[in-house]
Amino acid sequence: MPVESLFPRLEALLPNVQKPIQYVGGELNSTVKDWDEATVRWALMYPDAYEVGLPNQGVQILYEILNELPETLAERTYAVWPDLEALMREHGLPQFTVDAHRPVRAFDVLGVSFSTELGYTNLLTALDLAGIPLHAVDRGEDDPIVLAGGHAAFNPEPVADFLDAAVLGDGEQIAIAISEVIREWKDEGSPGGRDELLMRLASTGGVYVPKFYDVEYHPDGRIKRVAPNRSGVPWRVQKHTVMDLDEWPYPKKPLVPLAETVHERFSVEIFRGCTRGCRFCQAGMITRPVRERSITTIGDMVEAGVKASGFNEVGLLSLSSADHSEIAEVAKGLADRYEGTNTSLSLPSTRVDAFNIDLANEFSRNGRRSGLTFAPEGGSERMRKVINKMVTEEDLIRTVTTAYGHGWRQVKLYFMCGLPTEMDEDVLGIADLAKKVIKAGREITGSRDIRCTVSIGGFVPKPHTPFQWAAQCDHETVDRRLKQLRDSLRSDKQYGKAIGFRYHDGKPSIVEGLLSRGDRRVGAVIRAVWEDGGRFDGWSEHFSYTRWMSCAERALAGEPVDVDWYTTRERDEVEVLPWDHLDAGLDREWLWQDWQDATTETDVEDCRWTPCYDCGVCPTMGTEIQIGPTGRKLLPLSVV
Amino acid sequence: MVQRLRVRYAKRGRLRFTSHRDISRAIERAVRRAGIPVGFSAGFSPHPKISYAGAAPTGVASEAEYLEIGVVSVCEPERLRADLDSSLPPGLDVIEVVEAGAGSLADRLECSVWEVRLPGSEPVGAKAAVERFLAAERVDVERLTKKGLRRFDAREAVVALTAHEGPDGTAGREPSQPCAILRMVVRHVTPAVRPDDVLTGLRLVADFAPPSPPAVTRLAQGPLDARTGGTADPLDLDRDIRGGEPGPAVRHVGDHK
Repeated sequence: MPVESLFPRLEALLPNVQKPIQYVGGELNSTVKDWDEATVRWALMYPDAYEVGLPNQGVQILYEILNELPETLAERTYAVWPDLEALMREHGLPQFTVDAHRPVRAFDVLGVSFSTELGYTNLLTALDLAGIPLHAVDRGEDDPIVLAGGHAAFNPEPVADFLDAAVLGDGEQIAIAISEVIREWKDEGSPGGRDELLMRLASTGGVYVPKFYDVEYHPDGRIKRVAPNRSGVPWRVQKHTVMDLDEWPYPKKPLVPLAETVHERFSVEIFRGCTRGCRFCQAGMITRPVRERSITTIGDMVEAGVKASGFNEVGLLSLSSADHSEIAEVAKGLADRYEGTNTSLSLPSTRVDAFNIDLANEFSRNGRRSGLTFAPEGGSERMRKVINKMVTEEDLIRTVTTAYGHGWRQVKLYFMCGLPTEMDEDVLGIADLAKKVIKAGREITGSRDIRCTVSIGGFVPKPHTPFQWAAQCDHETVDRRLKQLRDSLRSDKQYGKAIGFRYHDGKPSIVEGLLSRGDRRVGAVIRAVWEDGGRFDGWSEHFSYTRWMSCAERALAGEPVDVDWYTTRERDEVEVLPWDHLDAGLDREWLWQDWQDATTETDVEDCRWTPCYDCGVCPTMGTEIQIGPTGRKLLPLSVV
Repeated sequence: MVQRLRVRYAKRGRLRFTSHRDISRAIERAVRRAGIPVGFSAGFSPHPKISYAGAAPTGVASEAEYLEIGVVSVCEPERLRADLDSSLPPGLDVIEVVEAGAGSLADRLECSVWEVRLPGSEPVGAKAAVERFLAAERVDVERLTKKGLRRFDAREAVVALTAHEGPDGTAGREPSQPCAILRMVVRHVTPAVRPDDVLTGLRLVADFAPPSPPAVTRLAQGPLDARTGGTADPLDLDRDIRGGEPGPAVRHVGDHK
């Protein structure tokens, strides 16, 4: 059955919306496959604006991998801005893909990548515009399977009612496997309808189908148990881990948009996973173990990607990029290769040590020297021990001073506020640190022309981390500490002018906390907020704390729980957590012990260089650490 | 810089929704992919030597956009045209490249010829509105600019304005509906008078309001040709200096009368 393009109808609306090019598609390296020749059709959604969603690596990788399968087709869809949403409703235009402008409801799967919980309301907008019932149980045979992935999918319970399925972990292999299950089922004539398809997916053990699980509660509101409500469904659903990243060198052909996006560069993931063990970091916990891409694969990917895209910036991504076993060789090799081409290299997420200054110097050889960012995260030595971010004040000042000494003029320091056990003086310690940094910087450069910016965000306890049991700090306390810090920085006559201060108020973190550690009852809050007009919660101009609180009060009125119960309440060891049936491989007892170690300021080393401390991931998942060095080098590019 | 080249390109179809910033990014990337030896500015933040003249607004198609590119090794214009064209997405199409002669290209772009299709508008009404507009001394219109709401005369800059009946070529609409087509020659003045300002003027003087969004295309821009009341090809001077072949014929407004 042919599916017609909605573009002519969309085109008539575009003169009246902001940045119309974002809805037009046709990006370099995008793919439009024949609808009728494909058996399995995926619509991949990043539930935020195009400018944020397009550069997303996860979506780009799956888009490319799925389109390489002969019987599978994948197109992309993004959240439309409210101006277009209003016009689409007025003219009855459904949610569309940007590739061939097909209606999302015509696809077999709507795959949604949740990097953050703040995209949940945008999922509801897309479902509603698509004409797909919001609740999974109301969907019929003609509706796509709504499938979630991404880091937030490690606790999909707040959106469980809106999802047919969720997958945890690396998407490459499981996306192919799901496509294969759907193809077989369709080839057999779709026996048993969507429930049989969901059953086939669930029985693999690697796809979570929320409606096949019942949640029981204690009278006080805590969860009693989460259990399958039919046989053949596993008690726990496991995450997916891709081993040997060299076998999966995606994206090969990066999408190059016409519209402006938040990251205008070609990005290569140089490794996945991180075992530094920072206790606040969900990404570091759920992506274990560390798996490196080899220096030669990185070199090949950069060469092909730059050629195919024309980007003039290359980003080497990972959770802590300077930890790659051959990062110095990668940096030097790439800087040599691109010498004189105006191709700049960037290395986000680096740790605080002097070695990184050498790297930064290497990386800035062919491009701009803008600023360096370090993330000590905690303002006092004690705080940094609690969060296991093992960097001493001495290290930090030495590193930053070296940076100033090498000609860097601007250094950004990133911190968090509201960490477990935090007291006022821990946050005020940030001011002392920043002043010492400027003092040392002025001494080494003999100049007053150096700056440092303190950037501070609110801490949100996340599932599958040692802090999953912790009480989130209330926003009044966070705001009070931020104000004290600001006053301390501003009032300093000697250094205040050289220190910038960037912060957000504590309220959005409470909503993020509700969505991060929420259970299925939070779904009613999300729906109420969306019905009240809540959209684009990651954007301060659209986010409304008051709306979230008043909707939560209404939606949870009949329940023994409220927003505080989900956020500022500490959990004990035996409480069943909403995500306990979802297996990231981390041993629950190890996580609890690590939480106890946090409160006694006991540190944990990195298992790449010290013996295994039994976090549980490798034996549970059948995985292992994969790191170099390979001893290979990058050769100069052959001139065409 | 060993050579400067002037490029005429078109912005067609759905790519008319690109802004001038979108276009400059797309062109810079296409230049890199095509391996064109573009020069870079010196200094802290090197930029490719590409300058854009008089870009058409977002949502407006164009057959006559111009840019100038400086290269560090000599390029054969037709080869550069083909390379750049094949590297750009369909819809951003390179029409012609000539080696730059003396004088500024931007200075030659004195006026534009615009075509405005008005699907659903009766040509009779459009013709009447055009007559009233042309008969007016001045037609003050308001437009929200980056500097706030501005009020200016939309009449004086209009050198020529005609209305015709035309086939409605807009996709997705009933082909049977009426369609008026305006053609106008408008001088480049400050603040800029754009086709939508002229449409605002038609509404003000004759209560003429098209039922659906207009489809606007810039057909040409260049020096005002006093003889024809249209534009001359702005690249003619570059060709004359080099003694090369004349460029492709430029449609003049007068031809349609």
